[in-house]
Amino acid sequence: MTSIIKVQDLRKTYDDVVAVDGISFEVAEGEIFGMVGPNGAGKTTTIECIEGLRNADSGQMSIFDLDPQHDRSRIAERIGIQLQQSALPARIRVSEALVLFASFYQRQADPQELLKRLGLTEKRSSAYAKLSGGQKQRLFIALALINSPEVVFLDELTTGLDPQARRAMWDLVRDIREQGRTVFLTTHYMEEAERLCDRVAILDHGRIVALDTPEALIRSLGVESRLVFTLPNGSDDLSLQDLPQVSRVETSGDRVVVYGSKEGLASAVLNALEDAGIDFQDLRTEQPNLEDVFLALTGREMRE
Amino acid sequence: MRGLIRLTITNLKLYIREPVSVFFTLAFAPLLVVLFGAMYGNDPSPLFGGYGSMDISMPAYTALILGSVGILGIPIQVGSLREQGVLRRYRTTPMNPLTYITADVITNLIMTLLGMILLVLVGWLLYSVQFEGQVLKVIGALILGGLSMFSFGYLIAGLAPGARAAQVIGMVIFYPMMFLSGAGIPLEIMPETVRKISDFLPLTYVVKLLRGLWFGGSWGEHLLEVAVLVGVLVLCGALTARFFRWE
Repeated sequence: MTSIIKVQDLRKTYDDVVAVDGISFEVAEGEIFGMVGPNGAGKTTTIECIEGLRNADSGQMSIFDLDPQHDRSRIAERIGIQLQQSALPARIRVSEALVLFASFYQRQADPQELLKRLGLTEKRSSAYAKLSGGQKQRLFIALALINSPEVVFLDELTTGLDPQARRAMWDLVRDIREQGRTVFLTTHYMEEAERLCDRVAILDHGRIVALDTPEALIRSLGVESRLVFTLPNGSDDLSLQDLPQVSRVETSGDRVVVYGSKEGLASAVLNALEDAGIDFQDLRTEQPNLEDVFLALTGREMRE
Repeated sequence: MRGLIRLTITNLKLYIREPVSVFFTLAFAPLLVVLFGAMYGNDPSPLFGGYGSMDISMPAYTALILGSVGILGIPIQVGSLREQGVLRRYRTTPMNPLTYITADVITNLIMTLLGMILLVLVGWLLYSVQFEGQVLKVIGALILGGLSMFSFGYLIAGLAPGARAAQVIGMVIFYPMMFLSGAGIPLEIMPETVRKISDFLPLTYVVKLLRGLWFGGSWGEHLLEVAVLVGVLVLCGALTARFFRWE
């Protein structure tokens, strides 16, 4: 795997606040690389330093082996950017915006084709101000793809979108990768990072506290799966503790939580309950996720 | 180059879709002709060197449009685009910032030129106003006056903290200047004190240059005006380069 982005000991301070505190990582060509962490963790500062929109205080950075601080326009030609906060003139129409932004680049994608792919064809004559939040976001993705970029930066792509629109965005991002582009995204939704990213860097207070594939991060925790159910007729002694897959059982009122890390936890417990003829309700399994990883690494919950 | 042309075309479309700016650039000056024409008519007067009140209002109102576009329009325009994050979005592209400003200046010059044409058309239809100059020279004066007024506008946009502040600063500077520079009301009917003040207002020199060339004067006779306007342009341009912010 070739690294397309290299960051070494990046540091950036605003007045007295240390936004990014010496981080290093590389992004491989063709992957979806995610940066997750709470608001203020330093994600946007990092991404905007790489894009050349902000100057780092110290550290080395390169993208396509170019320096963002000195070769900004050459880099801009080859990357696509969706900013966390930006806008277009209120009265510009969707198709005008695409044609306008295409004219800023040497290499151009077909605007009509992009409109079609992002489901904006019917909106092409609408003014920017009349678009819904999701439509605006799709337009910004279209603008980020207008120069057929090699790397696409998506900063807080799905913030403020409803769950359905968010899922549609995930499909779009996978599409972008399918076309052979590298994707660098930031999000404060752990679920989004887990579902979408090949590799995830977890940021907290300007530092990378973990970096790996989502699966490896979760596995590294050694956190157990949980099986949760209620017993409407009260809890007799279940003797689930004796099952080899079960590590411990917690009971509070009629609610039971069974912990275990081995394969087959769910089926073993279910069989035991059936065999004993015990009524149970609302059974669900809870897998450890990136949220648990964050909690374990920082001692805090991620808040939305 | 392609970006410059496309951005200029897009800016022109956006300009025309904005009712407030269309009113101030295209309709305001012709309305003044209708209003003040009804009050003063256009009879030749010794006070105005044998020209009528509307004759001399043509170059004066052209300067008025330049001033309002530069000092009222540009600061609001740039301030609100910056506040909304539009400028930030442009900055992510390979487009040179100079290309952006150039397209903006060309857009405003074209709109001012349209405003002047409409103004003269109304003046000519209603009062058969006189024109004794050369069209190209007048357009040259329009461009020079425009560049100096616009550079003043970009400087306000660069210094003002937000769109709202830019608007207020623009109004505080523009409205007194409109009355004291001869752009809105001829200086000939003003008391001596006002004429003294007018010497310190850049817009006065736009009025004098346009009026001189309008009635057959030459560039050589207006070196002072040219020098002042070039000075304003260079000073504001340099300060703008220093203080302009994209976000």
